[in-house]
Amino acid sequence: MILESISTILLILGAFFSLTGAIGLFRFPDFFTRVHAASVTDSIATILIIFGLILRTDFDLVTVKLLLILVFLLFTSPTASHALAKSARHGGLLTLPEIRATKKEDCSS
Amino acid sequence: MLILTATGIAILAVMALALARALKADTVYDRILGVNMFGTKTSLFIAVIGFLGGRPDFLDIAIVYALINFIGMIAVLRFFEYTATDDALKINSTKQEQL
Amino acid sequence: MTELIDLVLLGMLAITALRIIFLKDLFAVVMLFGIYSFLSALIFVNLDAVDVAFTEASVGAGISTVLMLGTLALTGRKEKTNNHTTFLPLLVVVITGAALIYGTLDMPPFGDPDNPAQQHVAPRYIQDSPQEIGLPNMVTSVLASYRGFDTLGETAVVFAAAIGVLSLLGLPKHEKAAIESGLKSHLVLRVVAKLIVPLTLLFALYVQFHGDYGPGGGFQAGVIAAAAIILYALVFGLPMATHVIQPTLLKALAAIGVLIYAGTGFASFFLGGNFLDYNVLASDPVAGQHIGIILIELGVGVTVFAAMLSIFYAFAGQAERANIQ
Repeated sequence: MILESISTILLILGAFFSLTGAIGLFRFPDFFTRVHAASVTDSIATILIIFGLILRTDFDLVTVKLLLILVFLLFTSPTASHALAKSARHGGLLTLPEIRATKKEDCSS
Repeated sequence: MLILTATGIAILAVMALALARALKADTVYDRILGVNMFGTKTSLFIAVIGFLGGRPDFLDIAIVYALINFIGMIAVLRFFEYTATDDALKINSTKQEQL
Repeated sequence: MTELIDLVLLGMLAITALRIIFLKDLFAVVMLFGIYSFLSALIFVNLDAVDVAFTEASVGAGISTVLMLGTLALTGRKEKTNNHTTFLPLLVVVITGAALIYGTLDMPPFGDPDNPAQQHVAPRYIQDSPQEIGLPNMVTSVLASYRGFDTLGETAVVFAAAIGVLSLLGLPKHEKAAIESGLKSHLVLRVVAKLIVPLTLLFALYVQFHGDYGPGGGFQAGVIAAAAIILYALVFGLPMATHVIQPTLLKALAAIGVLIYAGTGFASFFLGGNFLDYNVLASDPVAGQHIGIILIELGVGVTVFAAMLSIFYAFAGQAERANIQ
């Protein structure tokens, strides 16, 4: 019973964080803040939801598989975001302050 | 049960938002970001509906999703270097000059 | 609840398909195709077709995305503008679609237990396969034993596809190890890839040998193992990967897989049974079935692994050559 209520709280928090991440995907002004919104909430939502599900198992092979999913997602998702942000930077994408700075230079020159 | 359903619907909504981002993106990187988020959320969604339907063997598929999503992402980044068109490179070089 | 999820997923599928039609950037189209595969796999999961979902996720979203990206690296990423009038093709498509929809009116209702599909061989498989074969995963029983001929044909098709691609593009020679390639600047990626590749291979082995009990089997396992090596090639460069698994080895493996499969058939032939009748492989028919299924799943896995990886090698080798020139 206690486990189930803890699991409920974890699942609600996980759902909440993933929703905030998805909203951040649209609301943030430039690409790098959007990566930040997506990847950080992705990690915390994964942790919360998987642990919420683990508390509902009978602690057998299913638990091990859930932990395996958690490990895979925690390794791959932030790495993918990092690689994406890095190649975006390499490809010449600018952050918002930098875009403003270049615009100002254009106006003054 | 109710809470699992609610979580499933929330993740489905997040998937729809990520899909919208991938369909309508300003830059190609935004699109990749949407695709990546869609993949990870799909993996979670399968885990949740596996619990909803009492079929924990769905979890194998969730693992495959996590792996394949990662490999797809890396492939996209890798081949993006090959296929970046000439005009895109020109825009980048002018931007660097501005910096 | 299930119907609701199905409807939402089908809606997303339709929107994705429409967007794919109107996009001109082929690079984005390939990414959306990946999403499309994920969505259809999700629908399969929701319909309880776990093995199909497994295949769709690993082949549709994984390997085909990588191969399509490899093709784009050779051809360029912009769609050519079309100068033809679209009236006649549209007319043909509309007429064909109308005919097909008219045809569906005669079909029995969806999910009806009296469907011919539900009446024909399915009841026999469901009733008798636990006694005759004794595997918990009925899909594997049907694919590997009852429909062994079909699966042999499919394996031969995969083998033939690999031969076709290799005769057109050719495999990269593995002496060219001096070429700098791979995502050299991504340090984090390289470290994580080193962790993920062995885990993926381990998972592929689990899928291979757990296919009798849960979703999975030789086909999916071969694709996942190939995906692990492809990840290695993407991160560390093609020369490193061809150094680890040499193209000549792949050619041999692709043939060996088909040979294992057909050889199992001939073995049962010589032991007095029919072709691919595993009952005679051991003294107990059920044990014989188990041995036969494990052997042919191994054959399928080896062939699919070798075929997928050599097709990737061929494409990536071409792309790298084109990039250098």
